[in-house]
Amino acid sequence: MFGRDRSLTSLLNDTFIRGILFQALIAIGLFLSINWLADNTLSNLANQGKTLGFDFLTRTAGFQISPTLGTWMLDYKVGKSTYTDVYLIGIINTFIVALLGILAATVIGFTVGIMRLSDNLVFRWFSSFYVEVVRNVPLLLQLFFWYFAVLRAMPSKREKLELVEGVAGLNITGLYLPAPIVSDGFIYSFLSLIGAIAITFLVRRYALRRQAETGQILPMFWIGLGIIIILPVLVHYLNGSPLDWSLPEFKDTGPKLRQGYQSGAGMVLVPEMLAVWLALSLYTAAFIAEIVRAGILAVNRGQTEAAYALGVRPNVTLRLVVIPQAMRVIIPPLTSQYLNLTKNSSLAVAIAYPELVSVFAGTALNQVGKEVEMIFMMMMVYLTFSLMTAAFMNWFNSRVKLVER
Amino acid sequence: MTRKVIKAAPKKTTMKKAIPSDIDTQAGYVRIEDAPLLPPPPSEVGVTGWLYKNIFASMSDFGSVSATLKSVFVAASTLFILYFLITQISGLLDFAIFSAVWSDPEGLKRQACWTVEQGGALPNGWHAACWPFIEAKAKFIFYGAYPSDDLWRVNLTYALGGFMLAWVMIERLPYRKIVGILLLTVYPVMATVLLTGGAFSISTGTIGGATILGLALITIGRLGKAGYVSGAFGDLALVAGVCGWLVILFAAVLAVFAIDFDLEAIDTRDWGGLLITLVVAITGIVASLPLGILLALGRRSEMPVARFLCTVFIEFWRGVPLITVLFMASVMLPLFMPEGVNFDMLLRALIGVTLFSAAYMAEVVRGGLQAIDKGQYEGADAVGLSYWQSMRLIILPQALTHVIPGIVNTFIGLFKDTALVSIVGIFDLLGAAQSTLADAAWSTPVQGLTGYLVVAVIFFVFCFGMSRYSMFMERKLNRSHKS
Repeated sequence: MFGRDRSLTSLLNDTFIRGILFQALIAIGLFLSINWLADNTLSNLANQGKTLGFDFLTRTAGFQISPTLGTWMLDYKVGKSTYTDVYLIGIINTFIVALLGILAATVIGFTVGIMRLSDNLVFRWFSSFYVEVVRNVPLLLQLFFWYFAVLRAMPSKREKLELVEGVAGLNITGLYLPAPIVSDGFIYSFLSLIGAIAITFLVRRYALRRQAETGQILPMFWIGLGIIIILPVLVHYLNGSPLDWSLPEFKDTGPKLRQGYQSGAGMVLVPEMLAVWLALSLYTAAFIAEIVRAGILAVNRGQTEAAYALGVRPNVTLRLVVIPQAMRVIIPPLTSQYLNLTKNSSLAVAIAYPELVSVFAGTALNQVGKEVEMIFMMMMVYLTFSLMTAAFMNWFNSRVKLVER
Repeated sequence: MTRKVIKAAPKKTTMKKAIPSDIDTQAGYVRIEDAPLLPPPPSEVGVTGWLYKNIFASMSDFGSVSATLKSVFVAASTLFILYFLITQISGLLDFAIFSAVWSDPEGLKRQACWTVEQGGALPNGWHAACWPFIEAKAKFIFYGAYPSDDLWRVNLTYALGGFMLAWVMIERLPYRKIVGILLLTVYPVMATVLLTGGAFSISTGTIGGATILGLALITIGRLGKAGYVSGAFGDLALVAGVCGWLVILFAAVLAVFAIDFDLEAIDTRDWGGLLITLVVAITGIVASLPLGILLALGRRSEMPVARFLCTVFIEFWRGVPLITVLFMASVMLPLFMPEGVNFDMLLRALIGVTLFSAAYMAEVVRGGLQAIDKGQYEGADAVGLSYWQSMRLIILPQALTHVIPGIVNTFIGLFKDTALVSIVGIFDLLGAAQSTLADAAWSTPVQGLTGYLVVAVIFFVFCFGMSRYSMFMERKLNRSHKS
């Protein structure tokens, strides 16, 4: 009954067996192509007289990196620091600009997104205008605009554009701000801030319990604000205010070559960093604004109406009904915007801000010439960060997922 | 509709009859006519009503201290934003149009856009666009170093593409499907030949070999269809037939590429400006969609190996910035290839951009696949459709319609991201504009802003147009009930 051919047919038509066969084919194909690529790479490298290996990381780097947070933290010195330091400086500079960008983009994005839903026409106009213009122009162009057209047009090195008299100023070499100088006792001020936050949490727990028992609501916002501001300030001044500010120093007298902002006083944000920060945060803010708008609109109108029907006031409805539900919609795309911002910080290579791509895959790669290893190391940083973000998102999604009946 | 009219009509006529006859209609307390309609309050209609609703409603609550503070704050920021918008927009118009230098009849170049202080003739403090600069650089910004005598080839490519695209997009025209297929198959080949000059050195042996292989495969397919191939191998024969047609198609493309049309060969290094931007964006868009669909199907497949590989692929490309991908494409792709094989720079960038956006596309499509009701999958299975049939006929049409906004957003992102190829040394629109700024013959303080303005407007027109078209399609294809 079942001839040889017949059984082979039924075997091949079995979805399970087919699946296994198909997958085996894929796996073999993939293995062969990877093998082929690796083979080519090795023989090409051998032809160029190169070897694979990470020993270059201990070699000293022989090029200058413009002074930024990374070089300051690792005390970078030409001829003394290694390529590992260069790598770390790149990572630090990438993350500091990403962090600042995320903070600014969140604030601007939420403001603009809420403005777009306002019943004030001027607010709506402004935010639509902002979102449409910024979203439809490439980030790189915006970066060029801020760097070449705005910051390069600032007063020259020997002049300044005063922002706050004697405290903050801007010229072509960067933005000059006061720098904090920490003395010994400052740790107590810092600790008291942490303590104040902890106390606020305890008070909040008490307030919630009290509300559950008696129905009375404590003005938690004002209490928290009071504790968090007053306690550290009090400790700080009782301790003899152990924090000094070093103000930027500007000279317009004396020898011409010494005029301008003096090094060693205050702190300077280099124009490259300012441009990256401005461009990244304004660009991402437009996307965040759209996410916030969509999130708030996603909350069913019936939710607000039900709250009003129960006699809940509009402010409280917004805070306790609309925002918690909107956040569930907003946070996943928001996280991916943060991730995009971090990845987009790599555009800074175009204006030579010393972040990871520019300093490691640009300058250092030209010096060392280890393409495979260095590009691998660079990609690993971004991949790690994005996998961490993905893990957070999964955790968050499982936490806030609607439990359906 | 008709039912509503029928229902409503008798209601009106029975209105007065509804009053039961046993009620004394003379009694003072029974109202037998509607109260007269009052005019709506002035705060609801007309210009004042509109103004109130759209502007003043948000700042006219003085009920309590905090409400008053809020109203004052809103009023102040409204004024501030209005001032900001007016100054910015009028400043922009002034910069681009009213104060701009429009012509340079004497051929002064940079001096035409200099103020008296700088050695020119314009009043001090003048700061506006210098259009003669763009006029002088227009060829470079739009075509790069493409030979001037051959620009008709680029223009012809644009015209053909634009014509076919418009045909496909206008719904009243006949044969839209055929034009669409031509646009995706014949047009790319024509564009390649026109832009590069064609006449690639492809040996007749390769073309002949491919043709013979294709014909053989088609024959096997025919035999399978006719039932000459028994059992398990029948399916394989059909697959071979399909592959045969693909191979023949490939051979035909190669043959066209090998023909010498007597066009001058133009190296991609001479391409530039808007041409590069469009080539990279359109190739990326066209190639990434099918690749993305395959990846998305793979990621939702039940075969663990396929699923794992697709997931790793997607997450890898999505996890790294495009710049690193372009760096990798430009530095490492030559290392991956056997000796002697050398891609030109543009092709490397194209490969990088396509793989990168395919991963994003895959995630968008996957979202669409997940949104499809499980009953659709089960229904397709129940009527006995194979996997590919059910995907092609049931699932993908719904899923893709569902995610049109996401797909277009990916396109817009890709279009903007083409600007990054300038970092690996390809002169796209932005790169070309940026490099013209280095020309000392036109060096003026307004040169940069003028150039950036042009590039920004071009990008804006394309991206804004795409997003509007997607909104239009979304409304048109929306089959669900509108709330």
